[in-house]
Amino acid sequence: MESPVLIEIKNLKTHFFLDEGTVQAVNGVDFTIHQHKTLCVVGESGCGKSVTARSILQIVDQPGRIVEGEILYHRPDRLSAAGNGEWTSGENGASGSSSAEIIDLAALDPRGREIRAIRGQDISMIFQEPMTSLSPIHTVGNQITEAIKLHTDMLDDEADEHAVELLRRVGIPRPEERLDTYPFELSGGMRQRVMIAMALSCNPALLIADEPTTAVDVTTQAQILELLEELQDEFGMAIMLITHDLGVVAEMADDVVVMYLGQVAERGDVDSIFHDPKHPYTQSLLKSIPRLGVSRNRQRLDSIRGMVPDPYNRPTGCMFGPRCDHFMPGRCDAVSPPAIPLGPGREVHCLLYEDE
Amino acid sequence: MSAQSTNGSEHAATSNGTAAAENVLLDVRNLQKWFPITAGFFRRTVGHVRAVDDISFHVLQGETLGLVGESGCGKTTAGRCILRAYDLTGGQIFFQDHDGKMVDLGPLTNNEMKPYRQQVRMIFQDPFNSLNPRMPVIDIVGDPLKINRVAAGKALEDRVASLLARVGLRPEYMRRYPHAFSGGERQRIGIARALALDPRLVVADEAVSALDVSVRAQILNLIKDLQEEFNLTYIFVSHDLSVIEYICDRVVVMYVGKIVEVAETEELFAQPFHPYTEALLSAVPNPDPRMRQQKDRIVLEGDVADPANPPSGCYFHPRCRYVQDQCSQETPELREIAPGHFAACHFAEELTLAGVTASGELG
Repeated sequence: MESPVLIEIKNLKTHFFLDEGTVQAVNGVDFTIHQHKTLCVVGESGCGKSVTARSILQIVDQPGRIVEGEILYHRPDRLSAAGNGEWTSGENGASGSSSAEIIDLAALDPRGREIRAIRGQDISMIFQEPMTSLSPIHTVGNQITEAIKLHTDMLDDEADEHAVELLRRVGIPRPEERLDTYPFELSGGMRQRVMIAMALSCNPALLIADEPTTAVDVTTQAQILELLEELQDEFGMAIMLITHDLGVVAEMADDVVVMYLGQVAERGDVDSIFHDPKHPYTQSLLKSIPRLGVSRNRQRLDSIRGMVPDPYNRPTGCMFGPRCDHFMPGRCDAVSPPAIPLGPGREVHCLLYEDE
Repeated sequence: MSAQSTNGSEHAATSNGTAAAENVLLDVRNLQKWFPITAGFFRRTVGHVRAVDDISFHVLQGETLGLVGESGCGKTTAGRCILRAYDLTGGQIFFQDHDGKMVDLGPLTNNEMKPYRQQVRMIFQDPFNSLNPRMPVIDIVGDPLKINRVAAGKALEDRVASLLARVGLRPEYMRRYPHAFSGGERQRIGIARALALDPRLVVADEAVSALDVSVRAQILNLIKDLQEEFNLTYIFVSHDLSVIEYICDRVVVMYVGKIVEVAETEELFAQPFHPYTEALLSAVPNPDPRMRQQKDRIVLEGDVADPANPPSGCYFHPRCRYVQDQCSQETPELREIAPGHFAACHFAEELTLAGVTASGELG
């Protein structure tokens, strides 16, 4: 009943080499994304959730790079079949077999042809601030059809028609007229819809959404989340949703990865993360959010003491140790907690569960 | 409170018809702030953005009033008008002076405003841009004291040290510059600066929006503790309804420069009377995956109206799911539907709207 694996991330490490030292933005992350499912990556700023997503597409900004680990992409058959995209035509011999092709994205050259063919076609991404990620000097139509023409052999007219169809699908009124507008003429919610239309133009297997609703209002957020759910039903892509908002996670996720300071604290299905959290970080995170209808009667919020440590001065052992209420001196500051499996797809990195 | 004559304007009973016996600290009447739209070589005014358009509300001594709404609804502009960071287009802002007199801050000159600037302070949203990167903390927090000649030299240093200690920062760090602090710590510096002059009213504009979840809880708790300790009155501007519910006693909901609903927090969340409030409450994601199926989320059509070119009648009518003919023709007045509960909707009595039911604690 588990749907097939799409992306397997194994011991991924992405570091940034700066003058002040090395920032271990992502430091040994493992998780799996399944086809047609929504995976939410949640954590506070600086926990490495965006860098993990960017590592998948090999678009980590300089001076960062992947130093270790694998990102195995199990390419669905429909995408590896010959005749779509330019690059497969040259390398058809290798991918001729019918079994799913496995590509290690971490090993690809960030500037190479292979990863460029995967970006936008197999895996596409939408960003937090649509105004800065859309080009201000190109029309909406121009930007959408660019991706279509790059990855398929559609002609200009066909690409335009396809773009209109996509814009209509993401709920933009009068899409024919919108092709000729510039991003600044659209509202924040509309821009985010244009981004989504662009990301879906080649029917990707995975859509990475990096804080897609952080910059928009609640009512617009509700629209965008609803739209993403509908589109997932229709197009069947997997969604990797990066967010710091636990409410959004609860609404959208099938599986959840909780990250803290470049490492996975805990992962599992959404119900067990919210109703049976194991890691002390997840537990206190859930307690610290005000909830509608609940917090009214409560005097104080439970907060996590201290703050996220400076990336140059990472604690030894467990990253959450200095802020943890269950801190065990001599153990938590000495050993980096290994992954302790608790069930299928469910694991926690905490020494409290070592014996079980 | 009897009518007092100040600066030629009269202050009689409070807005919204509240009993005058209650201790009103701030009373905003028909506040307007329009920003001109200019065009052409001579910068002629071709229109106005009606950021705040004729709003009235009051703040009681010691309470926390929430201003909530989406971006562009005028909540920040309203807050800044109270501080007189903007000149008003129209309306009055009555503030209760130390001796109980109500003074209209609207027409005051900068010089006349000075004593009130000590009493009304602001906490800003962005802890990164609101602190001068070239000033050490002692100057950031101490400058209001120096400028208003409250303290100097050693006394100033002591005062800054005690303020920093009160907001949970180590006084030894007062010679450091803002870049050495994290987001949460900077927000604490901003709070210390706001408190330096013993204000009576603090306008907190999205004070926790830029912070991470775990730090946000710390700052919210701090804001609540300080209120008790210093008997502060807050105007808390935010778009985040769960934060508003946690911290506010009464809430003002705004939409495109107008007030659509005012009520006590508990009442507003349990039983909203305006369709916009209902939609806003329904849009907040619930942090419980088991509630996913049970909730009928109202998804509003379209975008927030343009405040430079608002729709006719009720500004919300193009997006309202209960819209009727009357809505596009007549502008609804803010009227009292239940005691202390005001809404600007023609059909507030007839509609049965869904609020947020208090749910149990999660395990």
